[in-house]
Amino acid sequence: MEIVMAFVIGIMVAGSVYLLLSRNLLRVLFGVILLSNAVNLVILTVGGLTLGLPPLIGPEAKVLEAPYSNPLPQALILTAIVIGFGLLSFALVLVYRGYQELGTLDSDRMRVAEPCDPAEMPAPVGEPAKTREAA
Amino acid sequence: MLTAVLAIFVLAALAPTVHRMTPSFSHWLLALVPAAITVWFATFLGPVGAGEVVTQSIPWIPTLGVELAFRLDGLSLLFALLITGIGTFIVIYSGGYLHGHEHQGRFYLFIIAFMGAMLGLVLADDIITLFVFWELTSITSFLLIGFNHEDASSRRSAVQALLVTAFGGLALLAGLVLLGIAAGSFTLSGIEASGIDIRAHALYLPILVLILLGAFTKSAQVPFHFWLPNAMDAPTPVSAYLHSATMVKAGVYLLARMNPTLGATEVWTITLAAFGTVTALWGGLMALRSTDLKKVLAYTTLMALGTLVMLVGLGTEYAMKAYAVFLLAHSLYKGALFMGAGSVDHGTGTRDVRELSGLWQKMKITGVFIALAALSMAGLPPFFGFIGKEFMYEGMLQAGTLGLLVVAGMVIANATMLGAAGLVFWKPFTGQPSEAAEHAHEGGPSLWLGPAVLASLGLALGLGAIPHEGLGEGLLGAVATSLKGEAAKVDLYLWHGLTPALGISVVTIALGLGMFLGLGGVKRGLDGLARASRVNVDAAWDHVLAGLNAVAVAVTRATQTGKLRDYMVWTFTGITLMLGGTLLLRDGILLPREMPETSYLGIFMAALMVVGTIGTILAFSRLAAIVSLSVVGLSIAMFFLVYGAPDVGITQLMVETLTVIIIVLVLAKLPAFRKGEDGTGGERARNGAIAVAMGAVTTAILLAVIAVPYELDLTRYFAEQSYVGGYGRNVVNVILVDFRAFDTLGEVTVVAVAGLGVLALLKARMGRTRTGSQAGGDQP
Amino acid sequence: MMHSLILQTATRMLIALMLVFALFILWRGHNEPGGGFIGGLIAAVAFALHGLAFGAKEMRKLLIADPRTIIAAGLATAVVSGLFALFKDGGPLPFMTGAWYITYTETGEKGFAIGTPVLFDVGVFLVVVGGIVAMVQSLMEEH
Repeated sequence: MEIVMAFVIGIMVAGSVYLLLSRNLLRVLFGVILLSNAVNLVILTVGGLTLGLPPLIGPEAKVLEAPYSNPLPQALILTAIVIGFGLLSFALVLVYRGYQELGTLDSDRMRVAEPCDPAEMPAPVGEPAKTREAA
Repeated sequence: MLTAVLAIFVLAALAPTVHRMTPSFSHWLLALVPAAITVWFATFLGPVGAGEVVTQSIPWIPTLGVELAFRLDGLSLLFALLITGIGTFIVIYSGGYLHGHEHQGRFYLFIIAFMGAMLGLVLADDIITLFVFWELTSITSFLLIGFNHEDASSRRSAVQALLVTAFGGLALLAGLVLLGIAAGSFTLSGIEASGIDIRAHALYLPILVLILLGAFTKSAQVPFHFWLPNAMDAPTPVSAYLHSATMVKAGVYLLARMNPTLGATEVWTITLAAFGTVTALWGGLMALRSTDLKKVLAYTTLMALGTLVMLVGLGTEYAMKAYAVFLLAHSLYKGALFMGAGSVDHGTGTRDVRELSGLWQKMKITGVFIALAALSMAGLPPFFGFIGKEFMYEGMLQAGTLGLLVVAGMVIANATMLGAAGLVFWKPFTGQPSEAAEHAHEGGPSLWLGPAVLASLGLALGLGAIPHEGLGEGLLGAVATSLKGEAAKVDLYLWHGLTPALGISVVTIALGLGMFLGLGGVKRGLDGLARASRVNVDAAWDHVLAGLNAVAVAVTRATQTGKLRDYMVWTFTGITLMLGGTLLLRDGILLPREMPETSYLGIFMAALMVVGTIGTILAFSRLAAIVSLSVVGLSIAMFFLVYGAPDVGITQLMVETLTVIIIVLVLAKLPAFRKGEDGTGGERARNGAIAVAMGAVTTAILLAVIAVPYELDLTRYFAEQSYVGGYGRNVVNVILVDFRAFDTLGEVTVVAVAGLGVLALLKARMGRTRTGSQAGGDQP
Repeated sequence: MMHSLILQTATRMLIALMLVFALFILWRGHNEPGGGFIGGLIAAVAFALHGLAFGAKEMRKLLIADPRTIIAAGLATAVVSGLFALFKDGGPLPFMTGAWYITYTETGEKGFAIGTPVLFDVGVFLVVVGGIVAMVQSLMEEH
């Protein structure tokens, strides 16, 4: 199963990278979702896949008896999912606010920080360039 | 020794406060500390003169093996005495010179910190410590040269000095690290004691070139000399200090320090002798051309630095002795002359020698000491400068053919010193009082104390009035010993019979007198020479900087397009190449040897994930994309459940739900997908190629990871301890809230910050009016 | 807000169930699948559902406290749970070392047990609920 997942994850990463390279920020966002899903699968896969057998200690036992699913990747993924959601929400709201302020979802046209017109040449020789006033 | 260095830095930090509290005599107070340290160092004269080496070492960055190691031998002691001794007078002098300046406190801070940096540099035994102090001197001198920061030319000079010396500093760092690796030790004493012959090492040439770059930039050797005359924009006490005892001497110090390790090879000798002689000649001739008193002196400093470099290069026994003697002689007269020149400037308001004459009537005290120092500079008996010159010639004559070539150059260079001495004393002080001299006035004791002591010392040493066992022969012998790496002795004498050196001295003096008398002609000749050669490194500097700026602008324009996806393209291409390249180069392509078991349920979920992914990419509407994403997310959730991760599965399910909710909440207010907004066909093909490459690399890495056995130590620990130690049967949860609780705390903090961030983005609009929730919004 | 009678009715019935279930999941998390993250997410989904059915205002009322207060309380709980270790027998142990209070029955069987990891999980629960509701609520109020 791990080998199958290696290819599935490869496809998901490819898909997410393609989306991340879009101009439309919403698609970029979808790329982020897909990427974090793919990464979670990576963590699970490299820890080994075991069908069934959740890492729960039986009522009579004191230690977890093999075989069991690897609990460590699960703990990592669990927080990663929640954090991924936090990141996604924040990014989504950022995109939304960006659209409100700039009227576009096209990342090429969002140019407040780096305007199209190249700023005037740096100050001439010898003199340290004056810090440009914040735009 | 650490205490001494620290004391100076503490003093620097306190200086502005001290000055604020006692503005009128703060300089006397502040000078007490360096004076005390000078005395303390003087107590080492006996032992060090007898050949003792004092060391001290404190661990600094133990993990890197960097120590604060200090060592006091002859060379260090001479420098330490010069730095603190002359420093004392400089502090006193600054009090008089800058009296009433609004940033006087700041000035004390800079110059005393500079003193500390320089002292640390010459005492350092650990080469990393040495480098740190080296850079500190570059930084503090930048602050000092640019002290009059309202003045554009000051700023330019400061930046120039900083860039040139910092460039050299970088080279030096590389050189020192290579040296440390080659010798297997990062202390100077360790390198000398290691017995490894660096000269025969494969890295010798790189080490040599890098260290020479550092030393030559710092000590302003041609062609890096241009920053030094420009540094005259600094207030005079700074110039006096920089030129006499510090900064520029750092390079000369380093060369002397390296001589036992790197010296006495053909490359070393010829390089140093050549650069040194050219610098000395250039400096001497330029001095005669100049009209600004300070510029004259600055160029004579170039001459002295060139001479010292040349002497280290020659490496003969007398050259080493001459280095010691001339170093001391130069420091004494140069300090006195600069301070004297500053007093003239202070008293008359000008430093232009063409406007100065007949000052003698008005400024007798300054005049006397300038005369004493100038005579020493001219190398006339019975002054100490004369002895220095005798040793110099003796050393050159010992060096065979090369020495004769050097002698030819140095005769001219030394002769120019006589001319320059005339320029700084004879011209301003004799003859009819000029207009500027009419209203000249003598400064207070703080202005003439320094020149008085330093110039008198020059005479006293020359006459042998100071016991030779102490300050004279003992110390200088120890210096020569440090340079040679073996015992050497210096006998100071004025008259040593009719030797060839004396003959050359006579020729020099005659030539110098001739130069001074025919100064007009010499100047015209030099002007012609300068015009003909058209060498103007200073102007070239501007071009280099302008070129650098242009390159920076072009690179920025090319790479910083301001388009997010361009950056993404670079990032992903880079990641793919680095990961893929590493896999290929390090034989990282591995395939699992046996096929792990699969399950139909798992493959079904996997297929759904693939379908969902493709659907998301191809989706023509936003809703279709979201549905496809949900297919991916839900099938992953099921996958988790199937593969023994119920906690993760439920979490994924809940998050999937919430994701859909928040996206739908926002979606209504965002515009729909449009055709063609994903770029041209070419761009899409490029993006596709990058995406496929990235995916392929990911798969390759995963296959390689799967191919190696799992490391389960940690998992086993959790499995055993979860109930016994953590009283929990759900191992995943125990890991989260017990074993790795601190991590989890960090992670929930991220959730908290994200929640508050969203709140802030939407609620706090910084007083802006809301730009309507209709699609479109306002243009910025 | 969606004025759907079916949704509103269903939500009214579901909401209490979901919240109780969330607490149950939180409590049993140490021994069975569950815990603060999952419980918090379930509770957050419940609140979001309520918000969708009745609007942001109603949701805020149901929450009783401001989401920011809940986040702060959660973080504080989590940090405090870690401080117990400093006062445990055997000297100050590292921050976040678990401390347990356990009762034993006369036969030596373990009875009731409570420890700082459980308290920590409550903190996680609160932060997750507060954080996500803060997001959902502010997005809903955009309408």
